[in-house]
Amino acid sequence: MAFISRVQPAIRVHLCSSVAILLLLLLIPAQAQTELRFTLTGDPKSFNPLLADDDNETTVLYLTAGQLIRINRLTQTPEPDLADSWKISPDRKSITFHLRPNVTFSDGTPFTADDVAYTLRTVTDPKLNSPHGDTFPPATKSQINSPNSITVIFPTPQTGVEANFDQLPILSAKSPLKEKAVLGPFALSQYNPGVDLLLKRNPHYWKKDSTGHQLPYLESVRLYIQQNNEIRYARFRRKEIQLINNLDPANFKRLTQESPAEAIDSGPSLDVEFLWFNQVPTAPIPDYKRAWFQSRNFRLAISEAINRADLCRIVYQGYATPALGPFSPANAFWFNRALPPQTFDPAAAIKLLESEGFHLQNNELHDKSGHLVEFSVITNAGSKNREGMAILIQQDLKKLGIRLNIVTLEFKSLLERLTKTSDYEAALLGLVNVDLDPNGQMNVWPSSSPQHAWNPNQKSPATPWEAEIDRLMQVQASAPDLAKRKAAFDRVQQIVRDQVPYIYLVNRNKLSAVSASLKGVHPAKLFPETFWNIDQISFK
Amino acid sequence: MKIAAILILTLIFLASLAPVSYDQQSRESISSPPSKQFPLGTDDVGRDRLSRLLYGTRISLLLAPCAALVTLLIAATIGITAGFTGGWWETLSMRVTDLFLSLPWLFLFLIIRALLPLNTTPILSLILTFLLMGFLGWAPAARVIRSAVQQFRAADFVLQARACGCPEHRIWIHWLAPRLRGILITQFFLSIPIFILGEASLGILGLGVSEPMPSWGNLLRELTTAPPLTQYWIFAPVALLILVMTSFQLLLPSRE
Repeated sequence: MAFISRVQPAIRVHLCSSVAILLLLLLIPAQAQTELRFTLTGDPKSFNPLLADDDNETTVLYLTAGQLIRINRLTQTPEPDLADSWKISPDRKSITFHLRPNVTFSDGTPFTADDVAYTLRTVTDPKLNSPHGDTFPPATKSQINSPNSITVIFPTPQTGVEANFDQLPILSAKSPLKEKAVLGPFALSQYNPGVDLLLKRNPHYWKKDSTGHQLPYLESVRLYIQQNNEIRYARFRRKEIQLINNLDPANFKRLTQESPAEAIDSGPSLDVEFLWFNQVPTAPIPDYKRAWFQSRNFRLAISEAINRADLCRIVYQGYATPALGPFSPANAFWFNRALPPQTFDPAAAIKLLESEGFHLQNNELHDKSGHLVEFSVITNAGSKNREGMAILIQQDLKKLGIRLNIVTLEFKSLLERLTKTSDYEAALLGLVNVDLDPNGQMNVWPSSSPQHAWNPNQKSPATPWEAEIDRLMQVQASAPDLAKRKAAFDRVQQIVRDQVPYIYLVNRNKLSAVSASLKGVHPAKLFPETFWNIDQISFK
Repeated sequence: MKIAAILILTLIFLASLAPVSYDQQSRESISSPPSKQFPLGTDDVGRDRLSRLLYGTRISLLLAPCAALVTLLIAATIGITAGFTGGWWETLSMRVTDLFLSLPWLFLFLIIRALLPLNTTPILSLILTFLLMGFLGWAPAARVIRSAVQQFRAADFVLQARACGCPEHRIWIHWLAPRLRGILITQFFLSIPIFILGEASLGILGLGVSEPMPSWGNLLRELTTAPPLTQYWIFAPVALLILVMTSFQLLLPSRE
């Protein structure tokens, strides 16, 4: 008191009011947290759901959009969503949906078959160039049977068609808010470019839990824009965010030491890292190098010389498994379980190379014409894991006398070389598989495809095995019988394994960070791993 | 100053004492702490940090002066001719200098680097990285040299020499060149740390010297994963970088 009486009256007033505010804050009961926070790696380029393409846009889409069928991310099977039932015609040329009654968009506009027809018309409009439109064949039509029933008619028989509707956000045909009217659990409320997005609970969301409680449980979701992995991890540790999808192995390891209960390893993911050689006939590379790259034995020798176990153990700190092919064992149905494990056998690699006329000269490998075996591999700058893999592969190949030059490029110039100029020798990249069905890879395997990376846009298949893959992909895309489709794609996986156009390296594990304050989170291997059931997530 | 010079020279020659080759991987000792075998531990693919640091230091300390020399040659040619001749050449060369000064050189560097042939060996990529920096970094020095030449050209002693009938080449050799020497040497020593830091910045972005060649840039990259302070040995490249930068600053005043 003596101290208080000695201070200036004005300061005394400030002191007393500060203490009073502090006491008041302590007395107010703590409000339950209802805002989930996590991050995007960048600003979404568009909020039009039909134009959602990259991870950031797809995240917003997943949180806000409604769709007819939802693939359950844990069981990997289709489940009713806005359509409470559906039926595929025996000729597989149409699918009829029965729509859930009494559903409204976030602005109160009723949801009817008109909205589905409008969405299909818009998404297949070539002028829009929607990435979701690619999954529907041209001339796909719709026929409204009643306000709650619609039939989608395809020009040719379709397989695995349910998955296409999982990724089709339904727009409103009548709402004045256009694409801002949504059917998902949240609606966009606020966007501060470069800072954050605020999504607020959709009051008209149709779903209720088993006790009849209106979903979602959360009041809002805030998505911070944060590109840097380290800052994201630091913010998670400071409890500023509650979820991280795709945590990198180093930070995951740290989390297992600092807070093991919050570190979730969902096992091998669908994502695959691989290396391939440029076999494009017109690529600006020397003919003798093209001849190496077109040699199956050369590619197989490189594959045999790579120590994949070390890639998993060293680069991914044990959170990865050697990849066997285009699909990982995480794809429960389509993965070919008959594929043998990848072998690490430098002696076999040398024999394969010798069979092609390669020989060692002063500890350096030369081809039959005497050219030193040296090539470059390009990968994207800033990817620590890919650079780490390239460094280990460089050392593995050095043991065979092969010189590998690692070139890291900024992503746009990398894509320019891969897709436009074909000015590269080998590339190391990864594929994020979002589609379980091999139909999702119809843009990769057919030899005429622009994304047939090792030799795209072929007028006719360059090799007999590519011709066989073309035929098998058509079979798997059109066969009525699922077993027949599976057999065809199993054979594709086997051919790819035998001919090694892609040298598959690792399937990294799905690693996530989930705050202990949350309940209802069941991380899956499919996107969007931790929040696929966002409407059922809540705080403890 | 002498101590600084000795330190830099010592660092250049220390690489020959590196315990193992900079690219030798001990795959059973990944990210290991300091030990007898690895005095600064190993990196995340099992390479000896000390060896890489010593090699990386030598590379930066040898190639940054080479890049500085390239810069100085270009800057001196442009600065001296512009300052001495004046007229349209001065206007043209100074506008080009302004253009180079206003360019975001990091992006320019990335564009040029993307256009270079891919199949370059690590040592060639290293030389190209520093040479490119040398070719792109001449503008500030050119402007300083041109100002100095302009000042000297109008100085009383030059006017007096001309009035006495002294030929131009004699004025150059006996009066201007000795005065420019100090400026050129200062610009040379100023450029070296800029290029060392430039390479370090590119390395941190993963766009500098190719693996497995070590450089301060790719050694410093490890720090971008925010290692705990208890792993003090990871900070050795930073300590050495600060030491070398300070040494170059100490070398400057006496030269000036």
